[in-house]
Amino acid sequence: MLEITNLHVELEDGSKPILKGLDLSVPAGSVHAIMGPNGSGKSTLAYVLAGREGYRVTEGSVSLMGQDLLELEPEARAAAGLFLAFQYPVEIPGVSNMVFLRTALNAQRKARGEPEIGAPEFLRLVREKAKALNIDGDMLKRAVNVGFSGGEKKRNEILQMAMLEPRMCILDETDSGLDVDAMRLVAQGVNALRAPDRAFLVITHYQRLLDHIRPDVVHIMVDGRIVKSGGPELALQVEQSGYADILREVA
Amino acid sequence: MAEAARRQEGAAALLAAHPAPAGEAGWAREAREAARARLLAMGVPAPRDEYWRFTDPAGLIRPSPQDAALLTPDEKPVFGDFDRLQLVFVDGVFSPELSDPPEMTGLVIQRLDEVLATDIHWARDLFGQLESRGQEPVARPFAALNTACAATGVVIRATGPTPKPVSLRYLHRSTSSDALIRHLVRVDPGASLTLMESGPAAARLNLCMEVEIGAGGRLDHVRAQGRDHERQAITHAFVRLGQGSVYKSFTLTMNGRLTRNEQLVELTGPGASAHVAGACVGDGDFHHDDTVLVIHDAPGCESRQVFKKVLRNGATGVFQGKILVRPDAQNTDGYQLSQGLMLDEDSQFLAKPELEIHADDVKCSHGSTVGGVDETALFYLTSRGIARNEAENLLILAFLDEPLAEIADERYAEDLRTRLQRWLARRR
Ligand SMILES: Nc1ncnc2c1ncn2[C@@H]1O[C@H](COP(=O)(O)OP(=O)(O)O)[C@@H](O)[C@H]1O
Ligand SMILES: [Mg+2]
Repeated sequence: MLEITNLHVELEDGSKPILKGLDLSVPAGSVHAIMGPNGSGKSTLAYVLAGREGYRVTEGSVSLMGQDLLELEPEARAAAGLFLAFQYPVEIPGVSNMVFLRTALNAQRKARGEPEIGAPEFLRLVREKAKALNIDGDMLKRAVNVGFSGGEKKRNEILQMAMLEPRMCILDETDSGLDVDAMRLVAQGVNALRAPDRAFLVITHYQRLLDHIRPDVVHIMVDGRIVKSGGPELALQVEQSGYADILREVA
Repeated sequence: MAEAARRQEGAAALLAAHPAPAGEAGWAREAREAARARLLAMGVPAPRDEYWRFTDPAGLIRPSPQDAALLTPDEKPVFGDFDRLQLVFVDGVFSPELSDPPEMTGLVIQRLDEVLATDIHWARDLFGQLESRGQEPVARPFAALNTACAATGVVIRATGPTPKPVSLRYLHRSTSSDALIRHLVRVDPGASLTLMESGPAAARLNLCMEVEIGAGGRLDHVRAQGRDHERQAITHAFVRLGQGSVYKSFTLTMNGRLTRNEQLVELTGPGASAHVAGACVGDGDFHHDDTVLVIHDAPGCESRQVFKKVLRNGATGVFQGKILVRPDAQNTDGYQLSQGLMLDEDSQFLAKPELEIHADDVKCSHGSTVGGVDETALFYLTSRGIARNEAENLLILAFLDEPLAEIADERYAEDLRTRLQRWLARRR
């Protein structure tokens, strides 16, 4: 599904290299987790995959289902099936959540040559998905993420993911700032989407999200590289003894 | 001395270009004469004047206007879908043939020329009166010119609740028209009216409106200034509010080489409320100026100014807004916001927000910002599959939503929103 080879990324102004030869392969149907200390470049990876400006790829390649991802504008990446649940979802005053969701859904459909979704069908769909995430009508009517609590913002990210049905889902610290109940809702939302033709890359600090979303592979990222990969037990090891042991091991 | 002479000559030339209407009643002639004298005494503005620092008055001073090409209509008229009483002006001349019969319950409508030929009329207390009071603290010479010379317009009196809006539609059919339009509006105590205005009016428009709202009365004023690229306009609204009355005004401006909208709103009765809002979008040869003075002259009044401008390709937006709180106006609640959204580095937004407060128990705030489209928001939208253009348009409409939300009737706001969407769509 997602193939990253020897990816080198620096800040656009050239002042700082962040990713330093990252390799990662996430096959369809799987859930991969990335853990790593703060500042190791996890969000940068997520942003570069989604096409955010401000970074320069100096080496390496990324392909999504065989397509060169780095050539595409962010909207084309989304239409190609990529989705990023933001670590810090963005507030957009003046644009209602409903209008946002419908515009996004129809834009992707249009880009893929599919017919636009009609208003009644859209409403039915959004109500159904919102209900599962405990998102009420008021949150749908309000401006995107404006005045939302931390947990509401994260649930709103998962709602977008559920509506857009992407093929490759990247979750950047979706668990941070969530209480146990919200975490369960988010995990349920993710698990409901698990499918043979879909893959997940779950970036997290904590083992606890991975109790709910069972990963197939766990990667440890340090200073812009994947330094170790393993099964779910790797997450437990990090939880118990931190990154120090692993760092020593790979040094 | 040479300077003063030049100003006066300019005023005299403008007066000469617009012969005063004949056959009017004595009181009207007196008001006209007084306005002539006022204009000659103050003269036309000079670009160095503080009050004209951001807007070059040259296009308004020249005795005849620069030609303005006509825009071929490519969409339904603004507010065309709503049940309304429509009065039509063509290049500043009232057209009875194109207008609806001026009859409606709760309302009396007359032509300005008829009223000014009448010996005794309530309009006597309004015509030129609010304008002349409004010459302090700063001169408004083009409003005085309007009082001295404007021959057409309507005189409207709302006597009760009115079942539908009055819509004044200004058509532009001649490339060289120079229109002076004058309206007088009185909303009786407890009465209410929605007044719409739309259209470019002329190559050059000088429109002035004097409005008196009685105790507990309400006027909703919704304007859409026309899309013709080369038109120029200076408008004045002088509004006086009585106790507990409400004035809500919104103006949408698209295109136009020069637009200056001056509003002077006086809250003279306790508990009155005035909201003046505006949204404008300009591309290229576009200069738009909102000059607003809100005077709190009674306790417990509330006022709100919300002005937003979207500018690209070297367009200029100006906001000069002031809240003046007189000593008796305790418990004043005043708010002012002006914001410019620049779509490139060639455009500019010049703002002069002011507060002058002479009472001590007052809540007043103002804010003015200028910036570009929020790149973070843009990335968020595009990362969800929305094309960059469309995402930018969404954010522009969102930016303009605050003034649009000041329109009480959501249907009218929605009509204007779709115009803005089309304006944005054309710019690709
Ligand atoms: N736009 C940016 N400007 C400046 N520094 C950045 C930017 N993006 C990332 N960095 C820096 O790159 C490093 C990696 O950051 P980030 O990708 O956010 O790490 P993580 O998500 O793993 O905590 C940090 O040192 C961070 O300060
Ligand atoms: Mg991060």
